[in-house]
Amino acid sequence: MRFRLISLIGSIAAATLQVAIAQGGMVLPKTIEAGAAFSIQCSGTGKATLYIVGPGQVLKREVQLGAPINFSAGSLYIAGHFVVVLATDNSTQDGSLDVLPLQKPAELSFLAKPSRLQVGLHDGITGSVYVFDVYHNLIDTALPVSFELTTPSGAVQKHVVATRNGSAWTAMDSTAQQGIDKFSARMGDISSTRIVGQVPGDPCGLKMTARQSGQQVELATDQIRDCNGNAVPDGTIVTFTETYTGSQSTVDVPIKHGIAEAQMPSHAGAMITVASGVVLGNQIRWEK
Amino acid sequence: MKKGTMIALLLGVLTIVLVVAGTLWPGASAVVYAGQRTLLSSSSTPEAAVRNLGEEIRRQAWQEAYSNFANKAQFTESDFVHDMTGTYPGLLTYATLDKFDVLPLHATADDAQIRLKLYWATVVGTSITTRDLHIVKNGDHWEAEWPIVKQARVPPQVIPVNYLRWDVIYRGSGDDWGDQDVEAPHVRIVDMHPVERADGVIIMGELLNEDVVPAYVSVTATLMSKTQVPMATESSFDKISHLLLPKQVTPFLIKFPNRTLSDVGSVRMTPTSALVSASADPVIEIDNEHLNPSPAASLTGQLTNQSGRVVNVAHVLGTFYDKSGQLVWVADEYINTPLLSQIPVPFEIHIPEDLAGKVSSERAVIATFSIGGSQ
Repeated sequence: MRFRLISLIGSIAAATLQVAIAQGGMVLPKTIEAGAAFSIQCSGTGKATLYIVGPGQVLKREVQLGAPINFSAGSLYIAGHFVVVLATDNSTQDGSLDVLPLQKPAELSFLAKPSRLQVGLHDGITGSVYVFDVYHNLIDTALPVSFELTTPSGAVQKHVVATRNGSAWTAMDSTAQQGIDKFSARMGDISSTRIVGQVPGDPCGLKMTARQSGQQVELATDQIRDCNGNAVPDGTIVTFTETYTGSQSTVDVPIKHGIAEAQMPSHAGAMITVASGVVLGNQIRWEK
Repeated sequence: MKKGTMIALLLGVLTIVLVVAGTLWPGASAVVYAGQRTLLSSSSTPEAAVRNLGEEIRRQAWQEAYSNFANKAQFTESDFVHDMTGTYPGLLTYATLDKFDVLPLHATADDAQIRLKLYWATVVGTSITTRDLHIVKNGDHWEAEWPIVKQARVPPQVIPVNYLRWDVIYRGSGDDWGDQDVEAPHVRIVDMHPVERADGVIIMGELLNEDVVPAYVSVTATLMSKTQVPMATESSFDKISHLLLPKQVTPFLIKFPNRTLSDVGSVRMTPTSALVSASADPVIEIDNEHLNPSPAASLTGQLTNQSGRVVNVAHVLGTFYDKSGQLVWVADEYINTPLLSQIPVPFEIHIPEDLAGKVSSERAVIATFSIGGSQ
């Protein structure tokens, strides 16, 4: 009884092998690295067509069954899941293989936001890095990224963050001094740098003085600075308003060389105020 | 014969009859448009003389209009044309007269006072100019004395301007993915107030450019129902100063016709900004701003261009507040004469009569347009 069972199993295995040989069986690697050379073994005899279809890439090759099919380096370079189909005149077989990104990073895509922000903001600057291999495949294994923010004062903020699913991000503070930050992300010998502008905040302690100039009153502010002592940039609008006997005069002037100046009609008893945006400055009662 | 064929035949015959009748006995306006004669009538009354003048202005028949003036010795035809259309390009340069009103004020046997109200069709809507004319009798007809307003002349001079200008280099099409672009300017709505008026819901507010770069701004509002379903979306269109320099504030007004505030659950405001090249000049001073009470409540004042560059079109936006500083109304006016250097130009912004009593203070801002753009 036992002998008859063994003979039956042996017969079935032999028949299966024959069918496989007749139809052209495939032996292919389960995974390969992007751009690596690889080969596929197709058993059987005769000619067939091999298709490898994946995200963004398709290969087609006429093959001779029974001989190994070699693919040179760089044939498959886009990471992803590929379907392999072997088609003969009377049958098809399919399988699959995964192309994995290289483990060596070749490029960092670095997004730094914002490109311009006020001084003195906690976690105001954010940086995100996406790590790619030489074929621009996202490397999804964890790798350390070093973020460095060099501020106008020369102080350096540094964070090291491990990538997760191919990306890493961090947040940095803007410092009290206006100027240009250099924000860089580094991984080994690869780095990418972005420029972030730290700009002054709202004017602080806005103050003007007035003096007679012919029939006009000449108004001029002191040097306009923010609360950190940074000069508010030229071009910022300062509004002078003069109120007198139920009437009003207004002029919006841009700061030039750090101060705002305007000439307005001279009215005895007029109340003159100065403002910039939502910041109010001092007020003067003009008695001349 | 089928019924449809009968009707078609009837309509064809009727059309031919009407064409023949119109050709043989044309209407007065048809004759004018055909160029055979004008709508002018005899200037046998003061009103007829002014109506003829209005018609000549509408046709831009400057020579005819000038030749009929009683006081033409006081100015040239060119002065009159410049009085009508401006010496420098402005709103009226490319406008046409849409219609006019003739309003008799006073009359005797030999002279009369008549107000001529001209409605110009301009690119920003109707612009109204009013002239009070003295009409005198000359023999059997009447002639108008044109109250010429001679265009101010700026003496030849050099005005040094060390103006500020912002240029922007945007991200190029060939830049890699992930390269940062220049940040859009940071703008903030600092005040917002919905009101219901007879013609619908109005959203008013003020927008601040809190950045250090110039911004092209716009505001969009969406009315949400009480179940938070969008009901309508509108934008501020021209009831805003679109170019905001750093720390500049503009009012905005958004109209939702045929909506009621009781249907509105909330309002979603979306300010948008884009970085644009801009110039800090020209600087416009607003003098003698005065709130005039009802009736005919208005904000009046004068604009003075402190720069050398001609401002071809100025847009004045007035923001009106009550005693507690709450926003009450936003109104505007386009100035139809160009702003020349140091030449004051008056403006008048009308305030709705029902709101005039609430207005306690105001703030005016100017948006300008110069031919050639900001350079």
